[in-house]
Amino acid sequence: MTNEMSAQVSQAKLSSQPAVKIVGVTKIFGVVEALHEISANILPGRLTGLVGPDGAGKTTLMRLMAALMAPTAGRITVANCDTVRDSNRIHTLTGYMPQRFGLYEDLSVMENLRLYAQLQGVEPNTHQDIFERLLTFTRLAPFTQRLAGRLSGGMKQKLGLACAMMGKPRVLLLDEPSVGVDPVSRQDLWKMVRELTDEGMAVVWSTAYLDEAERCATVLLLNDGKIEYDGPPDKLTATLKHRCFRLLDPKQERRIVLSRALNLKSVCDGVIQGNSVRAVLRKEATREEIDALAKEVGAEIAPVTPRFEDAFVDLLGGGPGGTSALAERMEPVNLKGDIAVECHELTRRFGDFIATDHVSFQVKKGEIFGLLGPNGAGKSTTFKMLCGLLKPTSGGAHVMGLDLRTAKSEAKSQLGYMAQKFSLYGLLSARQNLEFSAGVYGFDGATKRERIEEMIEIFHLQKYVRSSPEDLPLGVKQRLALACALMHRPPVLFLDEPTSGVDPITRREFWTHINGLVRKGVTVLVTTHFMDEAEYCDRVALMYQAKVIALDTPDALKRSVFKGGSDEPTMEDAFIQLIQSADAENATSRATKAP
Amino acid sequence: MRLFSPRLMAQIVKELLSVLRDPKSRFVLIVPPLVQLFVFSFAATLDVRNVDIAIYDRDAGKWSHELVERIGAAQFVHRLLPAQSPAEFKKMVEQREVIAVINIPEYFSRNIDAGRIGKVQVILDGRRANTGQVVLGYLNNIAGGLNAELTTESRLTNESAVVNHWFNPNLIYRWFIVPSIGGILVTFITLLVTALSIARERELGTFDQLLVSPCTPIEIIVSKMAPALLINTVLGLFMVAAGIFLFGIPFTGNFLLLLISMVLFILSLVGIGLMISAVCSTQQQAILGTFAIGVPAVLMSGFATPVENMPTFLQWLAQAIPLKHYLIILQGSFLKALPPSEVFANAWPMAVIAMVTLTAATLFVRGKLQ
Amino acid sequence: MSVAEKHASRFNFRRLWALVQKESLQVVRDPSTILIAFVLPVVMLFLFAYAVSLDTQEVPIGIVLESDSAAAQSLAAAFSGTRYFTVTPARDRREVAGEVVGGRLRGYVVIPQDFDQRLASGARPPLVQIITDGAQPNTASFVANYAQGVIKIWQSAHSPAVGSVLSLEPRFWFNPEIESRRFLVPGAIAIIMTIIGTLLTALVVAREWERGTMEAIMSTPASVVEILVGKLLPYFVLGLGATVISALLAITVFGVPLRGSWLTLLSLSSVFLVPALGQGLLISAVTKNQFIAAQIALLSGFLPAFLLSGYLFEIDSMPAPLRVLTYVIPARYFVSSLQTVFLAGDIWTLLLPNMLAMLAIGIVFFAVALAKTTKSLDN
Repeated sequence: MTNEMSAQVSQAKLSSQPAVKIVGVTKIFGVVEALHEISANILPGRLTGLVGPDGAGKTTLMRLMAALMAPTAGRITVANCDTVRDSNRIHTLTGYMPQRFGLYEDLSVMENLRLYAQLQGVEPNTHQDIFERLLTFTRLAPFTQRLAGRLSGGMKQKLGLACAMMGKPRVLLLDEPSVGVDPVSRQDLWKMVRELTDEGMAVVWSTAYLDEAERCATVLLLNDGKIEYDGPPDKLTATLKHRCFRLLDPKQERRIVLSRALNLKSVCDGVIQGNSVRAVLRKEATREEIDALAKEVGAEIAPVTPRFEDAFVDLLGGGPGGTSALAERMEPVNLKGDIAVECHELTRRFGDFIATDHVSFQVKKGEIFGLLGPNGAGKSTTFKMLCGLLKPTSGGAHVMGLDLRTAKSEAKSQLGYMAQKFSLYGLLSARQNLEFSAGVYGFDGATKRERIEEMIEIFHLQKYVRSSPEDLPLGVKQRLALACALMHRPPVLFLDEPTSGVDPITRREFWTHINGLVRKGVTVLVTTHFMDEAEYCDRVALMYQAKVIALDTPDALKRSVFKGGSDEPTMEDAFIQLIQSADAENATSRATKAP
Repeated sequence: MRLFSPRLMAQIVKELLSVLRDPKSRFVLIVPPLVQLFVFSFAATLDVRNVDIAIYDRDAGKWSHELVERIGAAQFVHRLLPAQSPAEFKKMVEQREVIAVINIPEYFSRNIDAGRIGKVQVILDGRRANTGQVVLGYLNNIAGGLNAELTTESRLTNESAVVNHWFNPNLIYRWFIVPSIGGILVTFITLLVTALSIARERELGTFDQLLVSPCTPIEIIVSKMAPALLINTVLGLFMVAAGIFLFGIPFTGNFLLLLISMVLFILSLVGIGLMISAVCSTQQQAILGTFAIGVPAVLMSGFATPVENMPTFLQWLAQAIPLKHYLIILQGSFLKALPPSEVFANAWPMAVIAMVTLTAATLFVRGKLQ
Repeated sequence: MSVAEKHASRFNFRRLWALVQKESLQVVRDPSTILIAFVLPVVMLFLFAYAVSLDTQEVPIGIVLESDSAAAQSLAAAFSGTRYFTVTPARDRREVAGEVVGGRLRGYVVIPQDFDQRLASGARPPLVQIITDGAQPNTASFVANYAQGVIKIWQSAHSPAVGSVLSLEPRFWFNPEIESRRFLVPGAIAIIMTIIGTLLTALVVAREWERGTMEAIMSTPASVVEILVGKLLPYFVLGLGATVISALLAITVFGVPLRGSWLTLLSLSSVFLVPALGQGLLISAVTKNQFIAAQIALLSGFLPAFLLSGYLFEIDSMPAPLRVLTYVIPARYFVSSLQTVFLAGDIWTLLLPNMLAMLAIGIVFFAVALAKTTKSLDN
C-alpha cells in the first residue's frame, strides 16, 4: 500500500477532513428500506471501494452522495456542503458516472468530451490540453470522430470516466465503471483512477469485481442496506489466514471434486481454477474433511493466500452448496456425434471493417468452451453467427450439424440463449416472462405449469414473480434470465456475458448450475470478462482483432506466459500478456514489411 | 402447425401484456380516445351558430328595419352589433369580432317602395370564407323570404325545387362526424401500437432472443397483430355503440359485415404499422414515422373533403389508404343500409393492402433470420 | 477554489451553448427529426393546397330526365354546363339511386315527366326534385345550394325578367375569390408547428430519461433552467425554420398572399412556440416514457390544434363548454393570427391580444414543467 501512504503524506492536512461525511442515513422507497442508518466517512486522496451483493443499496448511496436524491433521514455532506441544501454546489464539486453512463450515442467521442467540459465549466483555453491528456490516457485518440454509439463497451466506459473526471472534481463517484469491460481496458481505468487519487481526489468505486476491491485503499461493504465492514481490505482478508486451500490436479473430474467439496460442512466456498479446485473453510472448522477429500480424489493439497473475495463470501455467510437442483432433475443429454458446435473459416465483414476473420474451432459435447477477448475483438459477432443471428460473409457455423439460420424451428429448441442484457421483457412481470419462454418452446397445460413452478423453486424466485424485471436487483434478473433460457432444458447453451455486473454469490450459484448441467452432458459456450470465470472452462479461445490468437485449456494458457519466478501467473496476466505479445508481433511484422 | 399452438399463444399473451399490463399505457390507450370522441364530435360541426353580425344602416327606413329584425331573429345569429361608420365596421371585421357586415345604403327603403331594386352589401370575412359562405346562404334565405312577400305575383319563388336530403334529412353534421372520428382514432392508435412493437424489441434487445427461439416469422407477425387487433376492435365497436346509443345515429346496415370490414381495416393498418416498425431502429423514429404516414393519410381519406375533389394522382394514392375505404363502409352502414355488394367493393382493397403489407413484414422478419 | 466552483449554479451561457450544440447535433443526425421538420410540412402544405380543398368543384351528380321536352333538355344542359357538377344522365331514378348509396354520386336532380306543365303553371308544385347524399352533410348542402342556383339562373334566362326587389351583394374581404387554400395553408402552419413544438419536444426529453443521459446531465453543475432551455432552443430554431419554409412555399407555390410583414409572421411563430414547446416539455416531464408521451401529445396537442382551433370548424358554433375549452388551446390564437397576417395584414389590435394569450398559456406550461423537473431522481 505504498500508494496509499504517499497519498496520505501529501494530503495529510486534508485526510483529517473527510471529503464525504455520511451520518445516519436512511433511504426509503415506498415501503422498501434501501439504506438503514448508514454512517461512514470518505477520505480524500484515497480510493474507496463500495462493494456488496446486488440490491444492497450501492447505487442508492451513490445517488445520495451525488445529490440526486434526498435521504429520508440523516444527512450527507460533501466538502462540508449539505447534499439537500447545497445540491448546486455539490454538482460542481463532484463528478458522477452512473451505471448506465449518459453518453450521447449519436454524438462523437470528441463532441461528448466537449459537451461535458463545457457543462463542468472547464476553462476553454485549457480544453485542448485536457482532451489530449484524457485521450492518450483512455487510448481513445484514434477514435475521436467515431460516434459514441459505435464504441465497444470498454471504450464507452473509458469515455464515460473521462467525461466524469473532466472538471477535476473533489469527489469522483463511479458506479460500477468496469461492468462489461475487458481486462486490458480495466487496467487502463485503474491507471486513470490511481493518478487521480494521487492528486488528492476522493474516489468512490462501486464494483462487483472483488479483485478490484482488493486494490482499494479502503472498502465499504454493504449488505441489505447496512454497512458490514468499513476498513482496508487486507484487514478483512487477514481473518481468513490458514483457511484457504488448493486441491491440485485431482484424478477425479474437477467439477465433481468441486461439488463434493462444496457439499462438505466445513467448506464455505469453492471455485475451479483451471485444473485445480480452491476451497475456503468455515470459521473454526478443521482440515479433516478437506484432507480426506484430497486423499480420496488423489489431489495434492496446499494452503494458499486468502483473497478479498474469500472474505466477502465468508462474511455474507458462504456460497451456495455444490449440488444444482436444476441439474438433478435434468435427464442426461445424449447427442449423436462428439462435436456439438463447430465453425469453419467463419468470416464477417461490415463494409471495410472485418469483425470476424477466418475463425475456426470445434466444441466437444459436454464441454464448457470460453470465448474471451478485449471489447471489440469480434466475440459478439462470432457468437451471433454461431447461433444464427447474423449471416457470415463466408465460412460456416454448425450447431449439432445444423446451420441455425436455415434450420427448422424445432431444431432451434435444442438451443438455449442468454444474452448480456438478459433480454427480459420489462413490460411483463417475472412470472409472465417465465410463461412466455415456456410457451415459446411449446409447453402447454400441466407440463408448462410444472416447469414454471420448478424454475421458480430452483432459482428462488418466489418473492419476485409479480415484479417487473426492471425493478429487480441485477442478480435476480440474471437468475430469471437463466431460468427462461433453461426452461426447455436445451442440450446446447449459449451464454453471452451471462454474469456481467453480478455479485460473487450469485455467480457461484450460477456456476453450480452450469457445472451440474455440463456433468449431464450439456454443452456450454460462454463469453465473459471475468477471468476467474474463464477458469471454469475446459478450453478457452482468446480472440483479438477479429482472430483467434490462442486456444487451449486455462492452465496451458497460464503456463504459456509463465516466465519463472515465485508468482504463478493468473488468468488475467495470461490474457494481458497474450494480447501484448500479439501487439508486439503485429508491430514487428509491420516494421519488417516497411522498406 | 396448429393455429393456436402453445408457442403462438405464448407470444400473443406476451404482446398483449406488453401493451396492457402497465396501467399508465392502458389508460392512455383507452380513456383519451373516448374523451376525444365526445369532445370532437361536439366540436366538429359545419353548422353555423352563435355568430355576431355588424349592421351599418344608413337607411333606417321601414324595409331596412324589417331586414335587420329578421336577421336578428335568425337562429344562427348571436348578436347584432350596430356600426356607426365604415371605419368602425372595418375594424370589427379585422379583429374578427363579426363574421359579416350588413351594409344598407341610403334610400334603400325608398328604392323598394318605388319598385326599384334595393341593394344591400354583405361584407364577409374571407379568412373564414368557409363559415362566411354558410352565413351568406342563411342571409340569402332571409332575403329570399322577404322577397317572396314583397313580390307575391312573381313566378320566381324559392320553391322552384324541392330538396330532399337522403339518409339524413336534417343534415345533422354529427351523424357524419362521429363515425369518421372513430375511424381516425382507430387509425392512429393501431399504427402507433404496431409501429412501436418491433422497434421497441430491437431497441431493448429482446428481438434477438425471439429470433433464436423456435418462433417462425409468421408466428412473430401474427402475435404482433394480436394486441392492435384486439384493442382496436373493442375500441371500434365501442365507438359504433356510442354512435348508436349516445348520439342516436340510426344504424341501418349489416352489423356482421361492418365487423368483418373493421377487422380487415385494422389488419391493413397493422401491416402498415409493422412496415414502419421494420425500417425504424428506435422508438422515436417509429413514433415520428407514424405521424409522417398517419397525418397525410387522414387528410387524404375523404374525411375532410371528398376524394373526388383531389387531383387524379392523389386519388390513386388514396386507394392505398385503408381509412378511405373504411369510412365509406362505416358511414354507409350507419346511414345508408349499405348493401353487401357495396361493402365488398370497399372491403377488398383493404384486404389487398393487408395482404401486401403483412407479407412484406413477414419477409422482413424472415430476412432477419436468414 | 477550482474553476468549476466559480461557475456554480448561476445561469451560465457557456454551459447553455454546450447543451444547445449537443442537441443540434442530435437533431441533424437523426433522419426522423429532419423528416418531421422539413419533409412533413411540405407534404402537408401540398395536401392542404390540393387535396383538402373546401371549394367543391365537379361534384358528381345524376340528372334523371323523365321528360323529353326541349325545356327539360335545356335545363339538363344547364347542369352539364357548370363547373360545379359532373353529370351522369339517366332515364330512371333507380339507375342513379344505387350510385348514391355507393357514394359514387353525391345526389341527383329529377326533372319530372310533367315538367312543361309545371313550368307553365308558374306556381306550386315545384319544378324539380333535388336528392342529396345526406351522409356527407357538407357536400349535400353544397349540392342543394348550387343545384338551386343553376335552376334559378336557368329560369331567369327562360322567363320574362322579374328581378328580385331586394338583392344581397356579397363581398369577401381578404379573399375575394373565396379560395379555401388561402385560409387552409396558413392554418396548416399552425398544425405543423404543433407537431414540431409539442410532439418532437415531448419525445426528445422523454428519450433522455429513458436512455439515462438525464441522470448524467443532472449530476453536472448545469442548472435545470439551462438543461431545459438548452433542450428547447434547437427545436425553437427548427420550428422557425419550418415556418419560413412553409411560408415561402405558401407564397411562391400555392399563391397565398402575405399581406402582413415577415417580421410579424416570425414574431407570431416565435410567440406560439413558447406554449407549444412548454406543452411538450410538460408532457415529457410527467410521463418520462416515449410511447405515453407520443399518445398524450397526439391527443392533447395535435388533435385539438386540428379540430378545436377554429381551423376546420368554427369555434362560435361549438357548444358553450367546448368554446370555453378552446381558450386554453394555443393553436386557437395562432390559427386566427396566421390567417390575419397572411390575408389581412399586420392588424395589431387583433394580433397583440392573441400573442399575449399564447404567452400566458406558455408561461403556465413552463412554470408547471419547471416545478415537475427538479434536479432529483426521487419519484
